[in-house]
Amino acid sequence: MGHQQQDVYFVPSKSYWPIVAAVSMFVTVFGAAHWLNAQPGQGGFGKPLFWVGIAMILGMFFGWFRSVINESMAGNYNGQVDRSFRMGMMWFIFSEVMFFGAFFGALFYARIFSVPWLGGEGHGVLTHQFVWQGYEAAWGASGGGGPEKIGGAFQTIGAWGLPLLNTLILLSSGVTITIAHHALKAGHRKALLIGLGATVLLGCLFLWFQAHEYAEAYEHFNLTLGSGVYGATFFMLTGFHGMHVTLGTIMLAIIWVRCAKGHFTKDDHFGFEAVAWYWHFVDVVWLALFLFVYVL
Amino acid sequence: MAHAATHDHHDHHGAPKGFFQRWVMSTNHKDIGTLYLIFSLTMFFIGGAFAMVIRAELFKPGMQLVQPYFFNEMTTMHALVMIFGAIMPSFVGLANWMIPLMVGAPDMALPRMNNLSFWIMPFAFLLLLSTLFMPGGGPAGGWTMYPPLSLQGESVAYVIFAVHLMGISSIMGAINIIATILNMRAPGMDLLKMPVFVWSWLITAFLLIAVMPVLAGAVTMLLTDKYFGTNFFNAAGGGDPVLFQHIFWFFGHPEVYIMILPAFGIISEIIPTFARKPIFGYRAMVFAIASIAFLSFIVWAHHMFAVGLPMGAEIFFMYATMLIAVPTGVKVFNWVSTMWGGSMTFETPMLFSIAFVILFTIGGFSGLMLALAPADFQYHDTYFVVAHFHYVLVTGAAFSIMAAAYYWLPKWSGNMYSETWGKIHFWSSVISVNVLFFPQHFLGLAGMPRRIPDYNVAFANFNMISSIGGFWFGASQLIFLGVVIHCVFFSKKKAADRSWEGAKGLEWTVPSPAPFHTFDVPPVIHDDELAHGNTEH
Amino acid sequence: MTSGGIGRSVSAWAAGAFALFGGAAWANPEPNQLNMTKGVAEWSPYAMHMVALWVCVVIGIVVFGAMFIAMFRFRKSRGAVAEKWSHSTKLEVVWTVIPVIILIFLAHLATGGLTSFADTTNSEMTIKVTGYQWKWRYDYVDYKGKGVDKVGFMSKLEETSNRTRQLKSNLDPAKIQVDGYATYLLDVDKPLVVPTDTKIRFVIVGGDVIHSWWVPALGWKMDAIPGIANAAWTKIKEPGVYRGQCAELCGQDHGFMPIVVKAVPKAEFEQWLAAQEDEAKVQKAAQTAQTAPAAPAPAPQG
Ligand code: HEA
Ligand code: HEA
Ligand code: CUA
Ligand SMILES: [Cu+2]
Repeated sequence: MGHQQQDVYFVPSKSYWPIVAAVSMFVTVFGAAHWLNAQPGQGGFGKPLFWVGIAMILGMFFGWFRSVINESMAGNYNGQVDRSFRMGMMWFIFSEVMFFGAFFGALFYARIFSVPWLGGEGHGVLTHQFVWQGYEAAWGASGGGGPEKIGGAFQTIGAWGLPLLNTLILLSSGVTITIAHHALKAGHRKALLIGLGATVLLGCLFLWFQAHEYAEAYEHFNLTLGSGVYGATFFMLTGFHGMHVTLGTIMLAIIWVRCAKGHFTKDDHFGFEAVAWYWHFVDVVWLALFLFVYVL
Repeated sequence: MAHAATHDHHDHHGAPKGFFQRWVMSTNHKDIGTLYLIFSLTMFFIGGAFAMVIRAELFKPGMQLVQPYFFNEMTTMHALVMIFGAIMPSFVGLANWMIPLMVGAPDMALPRMNNLSFWIMPFAFLLLLSTLFMPGGGPAGGWTMYPPLSLQGESVAYVIFAVHLMGISSIMGAINIIATILNMRAPGMDLLKMPVFVWSWLITAFLLIAVMPVLAGAVTMLLTDKYFGTNFFNAAGGGDPVLFQHIFWFFGHPEVYIMILPAFGIISEIIPTFARKPIFGYRAMVFAIASIAFLSFIVWAHHMFAVGLPMGAEIFFMYATMLIAVPTGVKVFNWVSTMWGGSMTFETPMLFSIAFVILFTIGGFSGLMLALAPADFQYHDTYFVVAHFHYVLVTGAAFSIMAAAYYWLPKWSGNMYSETWGKIHFWSSVISVNVLFFPQHFLGLAGMPRRIPDYNVAFANFNMISSIGGFWFGASQLIFLGVVIHCVFFSKKKAADRSWEGAKGLEWTVPSPAPFHTFDVPPVIHDDELAHGNTEH
Repeated sequence: MTSGGIGRSVSAWAAGAFALFGGAAWANPEPNQLNMTKGVAEWSPYAMHMVALWVCVVIGIVVFGAMFIAMFRFRKSRGAVAEKWSHSTKLEVVWTVIPVIILIFLAHLATGGLTSFADTTNSEMTIKVTGYQWKWRYDYVDYKGKGVDKVGFMSKLEETSNRTRQLKSNLDPAKIQVDGYATYLLDVDKPLVVPTDTKIRFVIVGGDVIHSWWVPALGWKMDAIPGIANAAWTKIKEPGVYRGQCAELCGQDHGFMPIVVKAVPKAEFEQWLAAQEDEAKVQKAAQTAQTAPAAPAPAPQG
């Protein structure tokens, strides 16, 4: 029976998860939009609705992935299905790369073009002369974000403290997950669990330091989301990255549980690999961040 | 590895019974394709109704019907609904229906995700359209959402989240299509034997995955600028309003090709069928699509010639844009060569395809004129641009979709549509659409800006002509609706499996209507059954 | 169309058709105008436009011609039998290379147009233009190398048009005329006055949202972006009144922020400018006399 199945591409039968997902997403964003528009102090249903939506999304993920795991455990997925999943994950990561690309683009534009122009360089002579007389452009120097010093004077975060530490943490997490992968392929269960467990812990450690850095920025450096375009690019890039690390860490933790339960075999462990890819992606984005946001 | 299977096999032979089970919980590419097509037709009518409001207000000088703000809401919503609600989903619907049939796959690669991609759309549009009924009104800053204007008003968050949802839907849909094409082809269906339609979608899907996230990023920055105090687009904070335009058009230009490449694919299926002659220069056609897609990433600033770019940038983007005429020209010439020496008949799909080739090319010509930066200083933001993009979008994209609908309806429904009414629809549409959009070239050249609710009397006559054409064209689409409903539910004329004499390709080897499940077992490919398998050079 | 409009429109059509081929220049939008204005300034995209237009028309005739011949000759009903060929490298090279050559020619022309437009040096005067929701502000910065003393004013849609354009006003737009030209929505309370035969540099910025300053007779438009200054120039050859509109969606009254440029001979302009300067001085004096000592003058700073 099983070997027959292998020839047939598994087309799942009807499922209610997609519609649950669509409704949950709708509830979430509708709540969020309503919440954003609420007048300060005026309650409104936006906030609770948003959280209801989030809860629904979590429930949906749980249910949807459970059925996928069950199907996988039942051996419904042949090599071809596996390839579809791999392609799906790869292209999803590509789309994430492009999403970060938009923010990196904003960063480069601000650094290379808009801020120098506002200061009168090159194409910006007239702008400087007619609109922002006296503005001396400098990227990330303490003293304000943009000509009107929106957000007030701020200090920037040096690269060689926490950020360097975080770089080392993420790099080693890349190593530990590779160790875990090799262990999985070699069938060393214990090494797998230790390697993967270490990766989860490193992820948490990274997040902890990142949170620490944010607190530092807000409390001592007056570097906020509103600190001109510097603060905007800084927090949006590191913030979205941090969100991805959070997500990745959660997924790693789930995969750890699945590994502990023995869900994966030497040559059938797409779930593991997908998360590992994702983790490497998050890693690489960080390296770019470290270079362009902190070092340069 | 041979685990015991719990795979419910009985499910593989017919549609689920209940309405909800069949249509809402579906994992079937044909049903989901149908849902997409119905949704997009609905959106076409809603977006068209907004266009009718626009044309009615512009019928003559003076403000007769709506307030200026509402007019701007209509312009904005018309474009958003048409682009994201009508054109894009209908191409995805066609992809859903036809790609598995064309490559010999049992379904899409990721069927459940496929259903999610669809079901996000109605909710996204519920969110978007609901803003029209909110106290602050809907978005009125144009579909391009340029800040700072787009940040005025209270609908910002709703619109942005709606765009996020559409983006998620498109990305998932595109991933599915790529995985289907790369992973699900029947043995023997080599990449270079695939129908051009499949090729065009492969490349389009890549464009979608590359640029929808960029749009998501752009609108996210709008959101944080409005609600979280960031200064991406505020010069006082070191940002630049023009930065938004760069990011937007980095998405936006590939986006317009997302709306035309599948159309190229469709036309490349239909013309060979009715010319009874293989497509001319198959490889060149594929290569041209790829080149257009590549170039589309480096031309975005041609929408921004008047924002005051440095001269070097203007020159670069002008040259790159002009280059696109070359691969597009190859396509046009190859379609003509496909007809040359053929044995042509002129059923409705062919009529729409021929109209496509001519009218799209006219739109392309005006595009080329727009690409000349010094001239664009004059054309930009006038009705000349409006005329350009309606030629490529309405007589381009929308006509190709209608051609596709007539071409594949027999396969979908098992019935032939009424050729007489199809032809009436065609002639009525093709005449009225030119009455509608051709005079807009004159208006633009004479100096009428776009996005205005009222105008000087000098523009009166052509606006009236355009409006009459608009109502006529709109009314003609009711014929289309009638033909489709008649064909699906009432037509007595059964379609043959190979519904058109000259049709080639796997989709014509399965029964009409295509059974709920096709190619459960991969078909054996015979090269002479394919449109492109046996082309000798 | 108003009553009697039809008769008028017929003759206007004829005039329009004549103008298209006979090459008369309209400075301002005319009824049934088919083509772009030649403009009244030294720099004009008109020639570029006409070349591109004719190139497209010719290519169109060739391509569509071939297509119609094919549709006539190779129809099944005439007994045409489909050929088998589907490829020809030679042909494909030909129709790749020919468009490239045409494009190089067009690109060459356009590059010239761009370079001359980008050159704002040697201008003899500077005017700062600021776009607001929904009016324009003009500040004269310098003239013939000398700073201009506080000459600046707002310019917005003139009152009759404004009344007529209200929803359901039932007023007839065609009735609003200046010197026989229907100026509905194309007239302002205070036009921008400029000298002819003078290279004028415009510095264009936005005050709130993005606008775009466009007078077709001058041949270009330039966006007015908040916080960023753009430059453009013109050298008007013929005196006259040239009308335009804001060309970037800027909110509900985007359609109602016209631009009027009144170009007058140099001498006349100089007189006008001097009068304005005097007026500004008088006003300023009056203001300082009236208000408390520290009241800042309304500086035209961005
Ligand atoms: C399906 C959609 C679609 C397509 C296919 C195109 C195709 C093209 N577009 Fe268009 N465009 C839009 C949709 C599209 N556009 C939209 C929606 C806007 C407005 C957005 C907004 O502001 O709201 C726009 C705006 C727009 C602008 C900005 C105008 C402005 O705002 O000032 C420009 C400028 O360069 C441009 C250029 C082009 C060019 C060069 C092509 C080329 O791809 C055309 C190529 C085709 C041909 C040239 C014809 C066939 C070729 C031959 C027969 C060969 C020989 C020909 C020659 C050598 C000339 N487009
Ligand atoms: C894919 C895209 C697409 C499509 C199909 C269309 C279709 C049409 N568009 Fe399009 N349009 C855009 C994309 C599209 N448009 C975009 C991107 C803009 C720019 C927006 C911006 O500036 O931000 C725009 C802007 C735009 C304007 C300029 C508005 C302005 O600048 O203020 C106008 C004006 O005439 C217009 C008209 C029309 C008309 C008459 C149709 C017709 O083809 C529609 C025909 C369809 C129907 C009418 C529906 C079917 C019939 C009924 C509903 C029955 C009832 C009707 C009758 C009985 C009469 N559109
Ligand atoms: Cu100001 Cu439009
Ligand atoms: Cu474009």
